[in-house]
Amino acid sequence: MHEWALAEAVITAAQEIAEKEKLREIREVNIKIGELQQVEQDILRFALSQLKLSSFKNTKFHIEKAKTTLKCRVCGNIWLFSKSKLDEDIAEAIHFVPEVAHSYIKCTKCDSPDFEISEGRGVWLENVIGVR
Amino acid sequence: MDPRTTVINKRLEQIKRIIAVSSGKGGVGKSLVATTIALALSRRGYKVGLFDLDFTSPSTHLIMGAKNVQLKEDKGLVPPVVNGLTYMSLVYFSGDQAIPLRGADVSNALIELLAVTQWGELDFLVIDMPPGIGDAVLDLMRLVKRIEFLIVTTPSRLAFETVKKQVRLLQDVNVPIIGIVENMKVDRAKNIEVETEKLGLKFLAEIPYDTQVEEAIGNVTRLYDTTIGKRITKRSCISYNWIIRFPFIVNARWNKT
Repeated sequence: MHEWALAEAVITAAQEIAEKEKLREIREVNIKIGELQQVEQDILRFALSQLKLSSFKNTKFHIEKAKTTLKCRVCGNIWLFSKSKLDEDIAEAIHFVPEVAHSYIKCTKCDSPDFEISEGRGVWLENVIGVR
Repeated sequence: MDPRTTVINKRLEQIKRIIAVSSGKGGVGKSLVATTIALALSRRGYKVGLFDLDFTSPSTHLIMGAKNVQLKEDKGLVPPVVNGLTYMSLVYFSGDQAIPLRGADVSNALIELLAVTQWGELDFLVIDMPPGIGDAVLDLMRLVKRIEFLIVTTPSRLAFETVKKQVRLLQDVNVPIIGIVENMKVDRAKNIEVETEKLGLKFLAEIPYDTQVEEAIGNVTRLYDTTIGKRITKRSCISYNWIIRFPFIVNARWNKT
């Protein structure tokens, strides 16, 4: 249940933002999850509901999935990550630490492992909306 | 924003001491020193973790002969116990594959592991750092509040000149440095010891070059019998004098800031 640790990070970060912005109520927390990390949305949502503090009593957690765009640094090729092409063990390794994708994925044009994860890496806190 | 950095110090709050074994230069024996220190502390009855952060060339698993060990998932990742050490490394995920990471990827992988690893209660967490003063060093200085450094060098001026730069970097921001270990010593020259004292640091130990070390790789029992093993594990040596009896400097940093 690796998602619990990430959910805890989201709650802690949202709480810090709320304190900094002096919000007395948090209405919405908008989260993006990159496809590369293959976070289970249901587990993340359940963990968020279990971990939330009193200031999150009426908070709606919106979770949006984002496609993962990879860009080759050698030939400039841009392509989308697809889990379906990976063995289960490799997909799981990338789930835990997305950067190990560099050990297993290569540019679809030139086979280089030197690519950047342009978009859709892992869990990202887009914004927190609340009432002062 | 990236939410992961907010939980890092919470993950580490049950760890009494966090020691990064580091060097400005590669090939000086950091991994052997880090592993042996961790094993020595564990042998003395302390709860010890070993964290291999040398992502591009991890080797502590080879030094310890760790095989068929697996992480457990429980509200994060729970590292297994290997030779008495709670042990985390990127090799659990990369296996035998190369890990070609650029700076931003190193930071991201480091932050991920710090954010999701459930270390539990430890007396010491020993970190085997990558060589140099790049992303991993800067990230640990930024993200881990109670970090202390133990620096490893060889007698080579090439290694020590880089070590000096690293020391200045750490001293400029008041990061505690336990001291310097001179590894792979081949003569009785005292220049590293003298230079270390000029930097205002403790010269922790000199470890003679030992041809038996290579044969001890993968066998912890044999590692204790090598010169490096003896120097670090004996009561009068590094682990006892300079780590266990060295708790005060951590407070020095935080009183200043």
